[in-house]
Amino acid sequence: MKDHPKTEAREALIGPGHTIASITDKISEIVLAPLAKTPLGWHAVMGIASVGVIALVTTIVHLVTTGIGIWGNNIPVGWAFDIINFVWWIGIGHAGTLISAVLLLLRQQWRTSINRFAETMTIFAVACAGMYPLLHTGRPWLAYWLLPYPNTMGMWPQFRSPLIWDVFAVSTYATVSILFWYTGLIPDIATLRDQTRSKIARFLYGTLAMGWRGAASHWNRYETATVLLAGLSTPLVLSVHSVVSFDFAAGIVPGWHTTVFPPYFVAGAIFAGFAMVLTLALPIRAFYGLKDFITEKHLDNMGKVLLATGLIVTYGYAMEAFTCWYSGSAYEGYALQNRLSGPYGLFYWALILTNCTVPNILWWAPARRNIWILFAVSMSVNIGMWLERFVIIVVSLHRDFLPSSWGMYSPTMWDWGMFLGTIGFFVAAFFLFLRLMPIIAMFEIRLLVPKSGVTGKELPHDHDGGAHSSGAQGAGAPAMHDHASRS
Amino acid sequence: MAAPKTTAIHGLLAEFDKPEALVEMARQARAEGFTKIEAYSPMPIHDLDEALGLKNKLPLFVLFGGLAGMAVGMGLEYWTSVIEYPTNIGGRPHFSWPAFIVPMFETTILFAALTAVFGMLIMNGLPQPYHPLFHVKRFAEATRSRFFFLIEAEDPRFDLAGTREFLARRKPLSIEEVPN
Repeated sequence: MKDHPKTEAREALIGPGHTIASITDKISEIVLAPLAKTPLGWHAVMGIASVGVIALVTTIVHLVTTGIGIWGNNIPVGWAFDIINFVWWIGIGHAGTLISAVLLLLRQQWRTSINRFAETMTIFAVACAGMYPLLHTGRPWLAYWLLPYPNTMGMWPQFRSPLIWDVFAVSTYATVSILFWYTGLIPDIATLRDQTRSKIARFLYGTLAMGWRGAASHWNRYETATVLLAGLSTPLVLSVHSVVSFDFAAGIVPGWHTTVFPPYFVAGAIFAGFAMVLTLALPIRAFYGLKDFITEKHLDNMGKVLLATGLIVTYGYAMEAFTCWYSGSAYEGYALQNRLSGPYGLFYWALILTNCTVPNILWWAPARRNIWILFAVSMSVNIGMWLERFVIIVVSLHRDFLPSSWGMYSPTMWDWGMFLGTIGFFVAAFFLFLRLMPIIAMFEIRLLVPKSGVTGKELPHDHDGGAHSSGAQGAGAPAMHDHASRS
Repeated sequence: MAAPKTTAIHGLLAEFDKPEALVEMARQARAEGFTKIEAYSPMPIHDLDEALGLKNKLPLFVLFGGLAGMAVGMGLEYWTSVIEYPTNIGGRPHFSWPAFIVPMFETTILFAALTAVFGMLIMNGLPQPYHPLFHVKRFAEATRSRFFFLIEAEDPRFDLAGTREFLARRKPLSIEEVPN
């Protein structure tokens, strides 16, 4: 019965018995509760993540005072952890935009519980990603040289290069993601301003809420802005990871020079991002008892997205291998052979296991509702997507055209310090956010309460008739999504 | 526009616990001829746009923002690559427009998104640290669970007793005078 599409569509997106007041209280309590009530799990995760932050700071200080020679990358492997991790992080960020923008345009109501999660994840993932190219420049205080501005050197960027495209794509992406995220937060910050009893908190939230009152005319423009931002972010997110893939595809290195990269990078980004959403959402859901808002239905849907994108990525790997063979080029053929059975062959097979094999357990419906299996699969994909970038970058570079210039790469402790450090920073920033801002978009969840979006019976534009008043779950949400159709 | 009112208040605020009641209130007030009215709710209610006759020009501004971004992006690339700093890169033309599309696309999105967010904030009059409604204690519920309807004292049809009686007909939970 559950598998029947009609029945599934009706499955609750929030737990039973919730009113708009109880939703507000339950979600804002995470932030407004006294420090002593913070769950033990939060402290544990924060404690471990803080170690990572210390590692990051230590690495950066050593790196800036000494030079990037402390990293293991050197000719022929000039790009290694710095670019692997840059691509890995930025890919993780993309699920945030996908969930907040693409699923909004597609009217997927289930996104409302996890969109704040995902957007927040995007912000911090992009922050982690940004650190790598900046520090890889060696003199990060001169990073503004990347931008076009009139300078005494009389020089301007070279716009035919994918690397400058990357500067434009990633900086636009970071800016638009922050705008989208903050815009989404405004009404919820206003709720915190009105709910808190602390004077300082009221002042701070009041400042950030900018005087939001929930006026109908404000909501009207607000929703227009949200839908427009969603419409703008959708092509943006596709362009960003396509541009990231151009960094490789526009080069001539065997294993990079391939046209399948843009779509397969984008699918891989969504795959990695959904895995990270699950990695974060599952423990937080448990610590804070958010099962009423992040229901099994949500987990099920995320599992399906993970499975679908995993299959696209698998197709990408197959096509990549096929093209290497079909091209008839000796160098491309060797690049493939080197991937499968070269000195780093183990990484390739680990990648196939983690990214292509393990996610297939999600074909089995009960697995998509089992938090342990989901968590294990998400961790597998996190690792797999990192391996994918390792295989593309290091394994292609270490043996290119001339055997005389072949070499091996191994990371140093500072490579690891930087990588584990950014993971620590990411988790710490996310968990801090969790204590300071509503982690679930309250104003959107309120629309999932039956009738909260109003029946709309007397309106001429009413197209789904009596279904609303039947009390079906989520009846109110079309109030928001209707807008998408009209704009 | 109308002669200044004798009342020193900002308006009358009615409180409801159901969104339907708020929409109905808005509809009636507009039918009655009130113009300086506003509805407040914890989440967007689409029926209110209809009930209050709300429209906005934001999409048009965003379109122009995007077009401006497009012009700025391509203009910058043309000016730097052709006029100010021409360099021979692999023998390709100075004006390599296909390669210039990517940065131009990004500036288009950037300018459009900035216009969407700042346009929305400016047209909404935000940030606005002070508003008379913040004097009303119960109004804190407007961001949690309650629905409010305001008729401003500046409305030409506003008169304290009559308007209060008009609001009371819809059986609100409370009616409060909003001090200025």
